[in-house]
Amino acid sequence: MVESSGKGKTIAEKIFSKACGKDVKANEYVFANIDLAMIHDITAPLAIKAFKEIAGNGKVWDSSKIVMAFDHQCPADSIAAAENQKMLRKFAEEQGILNYDVKEGIAHQIMVERHVMPGMLIVGADSHTCMYGALAAFATGIGSTDMGAVLALGKLWFKVPETIKFVVNGKLGKHVYSKDVILKLIGIVGADGANYKACEFEGKVIENMSMDQRFTITNMAIEMGGKAGIIGTDDVTKDYLKSRVDDFEEIRSDEDATFAKIVELDVTNMEPQVAKPHRVDNVVGVSEVEGVKADQVFIGSCTNGRYEDLKIAAEILKGEKVAKNTRLIVIPASRTQYLKALKNGLIDIFVEAGAIVEFPSCGPCMGGSFGLIASNETSVSTSNRNFIGRQGSPEGKIYLVSPATAAATAIYGEITDPRKV
Amino acid sequence: MKFKGVAWKFGDNITTDHITPGRYYHLRSRMEELAKHIMEDADKDFPKKFEKGDFIVAGKNFGMGSSREHAPLAIKIAGISAVLAKSFARIFFRNAINVGLPVVIANTDLINDGDEIELDLSKGKIKNLTNDVVIEIKPLPETMIKILNEGGLVNFVNKYKNLEI
Repeated sequence: MVESSGKGKTIAEKIFSKACGKDVKANEYVFANIDLAMIHDITAPLAIKAFKEIAGNGKVWDSSKIVMAFDHQCPADSIAAAENQKMLRKFAEEQGILNYDVKEGIAHQIMVERHVMPGMLIVGADSHTCMYGALAAFATGIGSTDMGAVLALGKLWFKVPETIKFVVNGKLGKHVYSKDVILKLIGIVGADGANYKACEFEGKVIENMSMDQRFTITNMAIEMGGKAGIIGTDDVTKDYLKSRVDDFEEIRSDEDATFAKIVELDVTNMEPQVAKPHRVDNVVGVSEVEGVKADQVFIGSCTNGRYEDLKIAAEILKGEKVAKNTRLIVIPASRTQYLKALKNGLIDIFVEAGAIVEFPSCGPCMGGSFGLIASNETSVSTSNRNFIGRQGSPEGKIYLVSPATAAATAIYGEITDPRKV
Repeated sequence: MKFKGVAWKFGDNITTDHITPGRYYHLRSRMEELAKHIMEDADKDFPKKFEKGDFIVAGKNFGMGSSREHAPLAIKIAGISAVLAKSFARIFFRNAINVGLPVVIANTDLINDGDEIELDLSKGKIKNLTNDVVIEIKPLPETMIKILNEGGLVNFVNKYKNLEI
């Protein structure tokens, strides 16, 4: 424990105190009220089964606080997926739950674009739910049985987590982005370095990041075991939410809050980072892996499929062609991001370069739908996991990179430092 | 609860993709079928090797990655008695308790691949019958013990209704 007067609270402690109606601190066990719950096509069926075992044919606790979207096998890639989606559609209709179906894109992106507000306690039946914390919510991934209980009762038990504070200072160089920062941090603390902990990010570099870039940071908190990724509210938060609300509750950790650990990183002179197979914490500078042949490049996912990510990639790909022996798959994270990319000419650039542009979904990242790799093939991907089999064959290899590194790699057909393009 | 069986040893950071690979997710509504592929990407012959009642024994951070509850559920349906590891990833650990799969935190360095072991959950001990070593188990948080005692979260909620203990 880092010394402090102990009076102040972290963002996590503030949100849990509000959600359970009493003052609580880290390591206390609480039953807390849920503000929002998200379910998707893969994890919802088991959650609904658990819900029915609890509530029978009864109603969900509050249909206005539940969001459903289909993004993992989307549009349905098999009869099994179609049957699954049909069942979920029926449940949503019976219960009056808002269902985005296959029409809007990745559930996490829809949540931050339309539903998440600072100070909320949110659960999602998906581990990358932690992304929403960039908007100063406490958002965490849970399993289907936990979700079944939430659907029935609107509450769940938690251990209030301790918080690790990551302070990122310095100045990012050309073509070095938030993806490189979070990969570097994961490399430093390891795949279980933040297990059970909330991860709060601050410092000059985070302050200067747009919300699109911040989502990449909080999205990957789970890759170091984090229960949540959190960034306190500031002007960037206000600007992002202004189209939805005029005002919201400001929330930041108190100066005298207690943190489990403080990790500092100065990113000045840091090169683009790459996570090598088969671990997200297997991180090196791009110079160490330059020249590795790429059979497929994937730009997209909840980690890096937003407009800004696509713009960075398009600027590099403009007027260029995808290498002869490489396939480039581009997938915007949501319909909103897709439309913005379309209106601003990014999709033209991708298609002219020879990319395959797919409809908003998880795409190859699920490893069980489309855009898969064969044995002994290598994928260079902007997504969040490079585990064995994550994008198809268990004998394939996945390298995780930023959209800039991915775009440069697509042009040369081998891992390429985007600063050299 | 007491279990006896053979230990199948794995390393650190076994992911949910090792346990239940994404390519089998079309089977997710047929859990018995999905359970035939457990741990395939950590050891492709594993599904053929183990017998009902055996243990999965691993290093640190077992179950990292996805929140898919299919991972602990498939292990349970396949007939594995319990998973023993030095530490577990948070979501997997919680999911395992919720579906009633015993997960045990212990010093697994004291167990070798192929050892015969006996797990006594109520006494909080693992007995390695091959080398005669007794290993202490890290006790679970009280909330989790109550959930396990009821046989998982669904029964727990049905008994205590509004989650008030």
